Amino acid sequence: MALLEIRDLKKYFPAPAGLLGRAKEHVKAIDGVSLDVEDGETVGLVGESGCGKTTLGRCIVRLIEPGGGTVTFEGRELSSLPEPAMRDMRRKMQIIFQDPYASLNPRMRVGEIIGEGLRIHGLAKGRDLKARVLELLARVGLRGEYFGKYPHEFSGGQRQRIGIARALAVNARFIVADEAVSALDVSIQAQILNMMLDLQQDLGLTYLFISHDLRVVEHVSDRVAVMYLGKIVEVAPAGKLYSVSQHPYTQALLSAVPVPDPSRKGTRTVLQGDVPSPINPPPGCSFHPRCPFALKLCAEEEPRLEFDGQHGVACHVFGPGGTKYL
Amino acid sequence: MLRYLLGRIIATIPVVVLISLLVFLLIHAAPGDPADLLLSDEASAADIADARRRWGLDQPIYVQYLRFLANIASADLGTSFKYSDPVIGLIGERLPATIELAIASLLIAILIGIPLGVWAGAKPNSWADNLGSVLGFFGISMPSFWLGIMLILIVSGYFNWLPSSGRSTYGVGQGSDFYVIQSLLTGNLKTAWDGIKYIIMPAIALGTGMMGLVMRVTRSSVLEIISEDYVRTARAKGLDERTVLWRHVLRNALVPVITVVGLELGTLLSGSIIVETVFAWPGSGSLLIAAIQSRDYPLITGTVLTYTIAFVVINFAIDMLYALIDPRIRFG
Repeated sequence: MALLEIRDLKKYFPAPAGLLGRAKEHVKAIDGVSLDVEDGETVGLVGESGCGKTTLGRCIVRLIEPGGGTVTFEGRELSSLPEPAMRDMRRKMQIIFQDPYASLNPRMRVGEIIGEGLRIHGLAKGRDLKARVLELLARVGLRGEYFGKYPHEFSGGQRQRIGIARALAVNARFIVADEAVSALDVSIQAQILNMMLDLQQDLGLTYLFISHDLRVVEHVSDRVAVMYLGKIVEVAPAGKLYSVSQHPYTQALLSAVPVPDPSRKGTRTVLQGDVPSPINPPPGCSFHPRCPFALKLCAEEEPRLEFDGQHGVACHVFGPGGTKYL
Repeated sequence: MLRYLLGRIIATIPVVVLISLLVFLLIHAAPGDPADLLLSDEASAADIADARRRWGLDQPIYVQYLRFLANIASADLGTSFKYSDPVIGLIGERLPATIELAIASLLIAILIGIPLGVWAGAKPNSWADNLGSVLGFFGISMPSFWLGIMLILIVSGYFNWLPSSGRSTYGVGQGSDFYVIQSLLTGNLKTAWDGIKYIIMPAIALGTGMMGLVMRVTRSSVLEIISEDYVRTARAKGLDERTVLWRHVLRNALVPVITVVGLELGTLLSGSIIVETVFAWPGSGSLLIAAIQSRDYPLITGTVLTYTIAFVVINFAIDMLYALIDPRIRFG
């Protein structure tokens, strides 16, 4: 059994109502997502802004209450857990947030920020607590004398290290890294990513790595899932996805990644039109209005995520058993 | 830091001078002659002219003002026309009563306003929020003198639960000491309780407006802070909602609340003038009213200047407080 099993997870937000009356419409931020994360692996989650990546990450740890479907962690179904039991589970499932500037309480010292979780969950106190925090600071490459400093005294990269130390503090097994390096300089990104990979090796962590940066995801992930308009359209081992992606959306996404080779003349698949509104996603395959290969069927019936071994594709044309193969 | 402090102190000088000029001109523009008002009806024209000369009222107004300024510079606020005592002494005898009343009102405003505001802000549009908002608006819109009169009418008049005027049953309790605070500090619970019975109604009358404002500001500040990223971080740590609210949200939400409290302390001082009159509280506010009624120029300007300086000092203390609660704010 996988460490984390997501089944048909849904989250609809009520669309902002007009001045008069209530609109009955909903933004379908996640619309039926299923995904397994194995113990010790890193699953990358990519997709453009607004596709529901962050909502998915937060629904998993129930920072946002899911609207439907199940999340099972270590064999326990989370959505039915009462709030106190869920707080206890949060110890094992931590999240690293995108913005290292806004996500640390400006009025707390670093030692407090990192140690608070330990104290609340009753993992350490007094001198032990301080020793443990100092150890965590060392783990993320920060000096012990930072213990009594405030967040505003640090650079972005250092703050993100604090955020990571905070997530690690409570002996988490599973960490959702929500755009954990997007706010950082590229040189700092590499440092933080490599540190996260080292920590994974040392501590046996499992990551769900959410990012819009395909290169970063390729670097860190074992498997990668691609999201479009609240759904997973393709999931595959990282190497496979980047070499033999099937879904037209994935291909368009990958063709947009710049390659550091000026002589290379890439063929760039440019998508037509904008992302449709998630309030009223198109019927059938939600990608069909922009898809160069769309058939009549694509506008009528929603494709399911079908697997060929480890490679899953949700497409009537390129999926396993798709028309391409008929 | 020392330079900053010095700068602030020097910056208050023009404020004090300007206020003194304003007060000076205003009271001289008001009709009525102190000599006429204070001397008995049988006083002859010569007596009145003599008194005017003694008080310097026969001089041109700019000479009077410059004399007054020169006196302030040597920390002398002049001598009261009415009491023939130094103004500083008269104010000193009354100020503790006013300060104690202000502290009691402040306590009421903070101890009720902040929890109510946090409660309302944490659950917007709930019944708690609605109840808090009704109480808040009640406090803001209720004139303190009217509230005071109603309290006297109902609590003292109909039910006879609390005394309606003065500071104490035992005849002491003039303005010159911190009656309740001293009794509490010396462990004299009986007199402390006696003082509390007297202070409770004026403190409610004076503090309710501030309570309403504190509640509204706390509510909106909590509402804003609660959606900050670091509050989400706190939840992700697995903290329970109460800890999130009181440790992470409130600490950050307090900055605007403290600003309002600082500004309102000034209003509290001016409000105390009316409330003290309603409850016959022997503080500097009722002293000021008496001074105005008898056109006691030195006493009026002296009291107003004292209030001005208190206001400036309070706001300075509030600025210092910012640095204490928000580590990102530093003065240098």
